[in-house]
Amino acid sequence: MLNYVLSRLLTFIPTFIGVTLISFSFIRALPGDPIVVMAGERGLTDERYAELSAQFGFDRPIYVQFWEYLTGVLQGDLGTSFVTKRPVWDEFFALFPATLELSVCAMIFAVVLGLPAGVIAAVNRGKLFDRALMSTALVGYSMPIFWWALLLIIVFSGNLGWTPVSGRISLMYYFPDATGFMLIDSLASGQKGAFASAVQHLLLPTIVLGTIPLAVIARQTRSAMLEVLGEDYIRTARAKGMSPGRINGVHALRNAMIPVITVIGLSVGTLLAGAILTETIFSWPGIGKWMVDSIFRRDYPVVQGGLLLIAVMVMVVNLTVDMLYGVINPKIRKR
Amino acid sequence: MTSTDTISAEAEMVHERPGRLREFWFYFRENRGAVIGLWIFAAFAFLAIFGPWIAPHSATEQFRADTLLPPVWQEGGSWKYLLGTDPLGRDMLSRLIVGARFSFFVGIVVVTVAATGGILIGLVAGFAPKWLDSIIMRIMDIILAFPSLLLALVLVAVLGPSLTNAMIAIAIVLQPHYVRLTRASVLSERQRDYVTSARVAGAGYFRLMFVTVLPNCLAPIIVQAALSFSTAILDAAALGFLGMGAQPPTPEWGTMLAEAREFILRAWWVVTFPGLAILVTVLAINLMGDGLRDALDPKLKRS
Repeated sequence: MLNYVLSRLLTFIPTFIGVTLISFSFIRALPGDPIVVMAGERGLTDERYAELSAQFGFDRPIYVQFWEYLTGVLQGDLGTSFVTKRPVWDEFFALFPATLELSVCAMIFAVVLGLPAGVIAAVNRGKLFDRALMSTALVGYSMPIFWWALLLIIVFSGNLGWTPVSGRISLMYYFPDATGFMLIDSLASGQKGAFASAVQHLLLPTIVLGTIPLAVIARQTRSAMLEVLGEDYIRTARAKGMSPGRINGVHALRNAMIPVITVIGLSVGTLLAGAILTETIFSWPGIGKWMVDSIFRRDYPVVQGGLLLIAVMVMVVNLTVDMLYGVINPKIRKR
Repeated sequence: MTSTDTISAEAEMVHERPGRLREFWFYFRENRGAVIGLWIFAAFAFLAIFGPWIAPHSATEQFRADTLLPPVWQEGGSWKYLLGTDPLGRDMLSRLIVGARFSFFVGIVVVTVAATGGILIGLVAGFAPKWLDSIIMRIMDIILAFPSLLLALVLVAVLGPSLTNAMIAIAIVLQPHYVRLTRASVLSERQRDYVTSARVAGAGYFRLMFVTVLPNCLAPIIVQAALSFSTAILDAAALGFLGMGAQPPTPEWGTMLAEAREFILRAWWVVTFPGLAILVTVLAINLMGDGLRDALDPKLKRS
């Protein structure tokens, strides 16, 4: 087991260096000299240009720059935003709770609806419910979520007026963000209606971001359940006269969960990609919108740092899922 | 072996060829959704090719007197513009029909580029010595560590926003899946007896790769090609929506959505139809992909 963990960790290191190299090279590959862009329309004198160039280290050989960037990253220094002049690291972690809150809610939405739906579909295989559900799941899976978001806005914000169109909470409420999670902060503030407002703002983005994971989880649960339901031990349990509810809910679901958990773990990347679109449409102040804005503002250190942090996050989650999988299923370790 | 035996064996082989195709069609036809998907896809391909000649109006002509007209069945709609007009007075239906070719083009180009590159790299990785294989697979891991849309977005920012660059970016992002798939099948096929005997018979690496092994690895790759066709269309539309794909006034569906965004509460049709077009196309391709998988790859078959 230890060998397995160590070998997995070892492959992490070159991948990490590679990811750093890629995000590092983007700032050099982007069109336009970053210093000229930063100076804006006022322009720069030659001396000031040289000074800034030295300040950012652009005058040194490229491998020296990369080495310094890499060592800086390992110490938590990702550079400073051109626009806000704040460290990228601080900006990222100020905005990250918003994305995390949205992603967690979307995942809960997907699991709470997708898991039972998949189980019921598998148990009623071939019947109307199964076929209707699987068709719906395929539609959800094929959904362009940016359009789905606009449709929901038309119906729920436009026609019905139930939900707000953008932001995390109504401007009426103000309180310090202690945790960065609006649901917790609004409850803690004790202001009447603040929590309800936060929930209302969260509703549509959650549905939009959770739609594709929901479809994937429902499909995956169904096929995993079907496979398990064909096993001998299920037949034995049936022969012993166990109730169908217990067989399906306890014996089968437990074993069907393994591939489902993997899918849940692996959809972190999908969630983050979806967050880019969802946050942009709902003006949700998280890292997805931050990245898109920074790309348009040519805020290179932010693009570079954000890209790296997001990739590392995805890698860490995938690594954890891999290891958990190894813990659950000893056959994997042998490979 | 006598000569008659050889002839009958050959005759059997000749006989087997159409049989395989018929078998494929037999399984594919069993999946009703897949057949519907195929028909929609055929219609989509037809529009992509002949769109500009079918469309009632030009896709970019602006009828300044008729801006934001609703579809024909709604009050104020006109038979001249069946699905209404957009804020600049352009005919929605014509734009949608002409737009089909951009999505189709994106799908074809991205799948061709990503699959060709991915299969080549995957074959090399599968046959290469261990160190080269490790290097290739680490590079693929690195690409896969980035959420695909984010990496495509940054790549397009580097290359400059346009439909061509969006296609390049999406192809780069999708290609590691082909590498992994090809390499995995190559590794398992390589241990088979027929590969060993081909090698004993003196087949070089080139022949082993492309003639002996590759045809037997194709089934999962074809399924993947269908799935990435739809991913490519979705991602290109998403990039267009974010302003990083096709640029206005190109009637690309994602770009049309981006242009229509500010009118969503005033004119539902400018938002609804382009998205519906994307959804129906992607859905049809995914349905077809499911059928392909059932027919080509019994191992992956959904139970």
